[in-house]
Amino acid sequence: MLGEGILKGLAETARNFAGSFVSKERLTTVEYPEQRIPTAENARVFPFLVYDGTDWEAGLRCVACQICEKECPPKCIYIEKSKDKKPDYVGKMQIYPVRFDIDVSVCMSCQICVEVCPFEAIKMDTDFELSTTDRFGGLLHDRKQLARSNEYYHTIHPTEAAEVDGRLAEEKVKAEVKAKAAAEAAAAKAAAAAAAPPKPAEAAPPARPAETATAPKPAGGGE
Amino acid sequence: MLQQADQIFILLRNWIVGFLPAGWQTAAGVVLGVIGIVVVFPSLFAIAVLMERKGLGRMQNRLGPNRVGPFGVLQPIADAIKSLTKEDIVPLNADAVVHFLAPVYLVVVAFMGFAVLPVGRNMVLVDMDASLLFYFAMGASTEVSIFMAGWSSRNKYSLLGAMRAVAQMISYEVPLLMSSIVIVMMTGSLSLVKIVEAQNQYTWGLPHWYIFTPWGLAGFVMYAISATAETNRSPFDLPEGESELVAGYFTEYSGFKFALFFLGEYLGMLSISGLGTTLFLGGWSAPLAALNWVPSWIWFFSKVMLSIVVLIWVRGTLPRLRQDQLMNFAWKFVIPMTLLNLFVAALWRFMGDGWLRWVVCSSILISVYVVAGRTGMQREHFGPRSYRYAE
Repeated sequence: MLGEGILKGLAETARNFAGSFVSKERLTTVEYPEQRIPTAENARVFPFLVYDGTDWEAGLRCVACQICEKECPPKCIYIEKSKDKKPDYVGKMQIYPVRFDIDVSVCMSCQICVEVCPFEAIKMDTDFELSTTDRFGGLLHDRKQLARSNEYYHTIHPTEAAEVDGRLAEEKVKAEVKAKAAAEAAAAKAAAAAAAPPKPAEAAPPARPAETATAPKPAGGGE
Repeated sequence: MLQQADQIFILLRNWIVGFLPAGWQTAAGVVLGVIGIVVVFPSLFAIAVLMERKGLGRMQNRLGPNRVGPFGVLQPIADAIKSLTKEDIVPLNADAVVHFLAPVYLVVVAFMGFAVLPVGRNMVLVDMDASLLFYFAMGASTEVSIFMAGWSSRNKYSLLGAMRAVAQMISYEVPLLMSSIVIVMMTGSLSLVKIVEAQNQYTWGLPHWYIFTPWGLAGFVMYAISATAETNRSPFDLPEGESELVAGYFTEYSGFKFALFFLGEYLGMLSISGLGTTLFLGGWSAPLAALNWVPSWIWFFSKVMLSIVVLIWVRGTLPRLRQDQLMNFAWKFVIPMTLLNLFVAALWRFMGDGWLRWVVCSSILISVYVVAGRTGMQREHFGPRSYRYAE
């Protein structure tokens, strides 16, 4: 009969209306500022800089290589290199960023900076409440605002952070082994040099690879 | 005491008017009545908007507004402040005068309708002999306002919305009138006060409301359908269909003018519910003789709000009709049914008292309803597409 469907529909909405007062499962609304859903582990919003230890300035992993700055599609990263050097997690002396700014209003959360970073220094944060009352200065986050501890990284992305830590530890061990071998070799050389008359061509083998590694760079840039 | 509660507003008016010199008393009484209407119905509008937003939310398993005040009850006030402080934008090419007049005209006309509605015993601003005619004249002129808005905006969506509105409202004006004429036939009067008085009688404690007769029930259903279409409510909200026409005829309205359109629409809803209450649901009369001690205006306003609740419920349930479905429904189903209802009412009148007229009248209405619903309103089945010239 005509109108039967309308009555059925009215019954359905009435059931929903009454049901929303009775059963909690029907009301899927999360009242946001008071209630929150925990963010998913692979959520990503805006990059941050990881630091080890407790002092953010000393522990920053970033070595100001500027790869992320160059790769960033919307060009929202601004890096200034330091003149002096400080030791990184391996103990090697590295330059560090004096200035590391990211513009929130330009960043598109693409995670390319994270993917290109060879030092595991930049990662994606899950904090999405980035609004500010100052639309010029407030949207440009400097390195102090961007710095987050490795522990924080572990809390937001536990799996990924553990993986990164493993890799870094491996590299550290490798570096230590290499350093030890180099030291041993140097010691052996020194011993040999002390025993035999010195040959100037083989005087400093550990220093040479570093020189050959840096030497092609200016040539490549010139071409 | 109860007598006084029933007549409290009349006594209040007489008391205030008593302070004035004799020559001014009539005019002051009318002004006070107007103030009453202008205060009460916009407050009901605020309540209706809140009910609609909360109720629709619950029907969709949402919470609805709950931020302003406890449970969001102050939301209408926040909305009012928002629309008052918003910028009023008039398009460069718009006809500024007509663009301004359209919302004002809509609200004025919507208020005019309340002048003849009896909201309680002795509580009617203007007791005309032909108040039903006056009411329909006022109700029909809202179409002018809507067309003014659509035309003056100089915007294709506004104009499309206005064209749809005019087509729809004129089509549904006919069944609206036809379903009300039945009441006039039975009462023998166009005065709404007399129509309510005719229904304010009781047999065995039950009221003589017109909805409790076969022709009255049929008339009420037709009236409800046409009233929904008349006020551009869902499922007949084609003139403002958000998904296809931005906002229809008030696309180019912002700020307070938009609020006036909103107010006009809800006032139209309230007044057409009030008329439906007056015609079919016994106006201010109590639903049981035993409940006659409750003030009459309470009954009127609770019936009106109940109608609003039903309108909200329907809005939460039905999707929007297509334009051709809308027109087919009006001209092929509702209007023939109202014509039949006229005939049935006449039959009822001349068959005299007795159970026979109940059987005859109900069976005619039900059988025609079923047959017309089966044949006339059946869904068109489109076969596979065939091409005459291609291939």
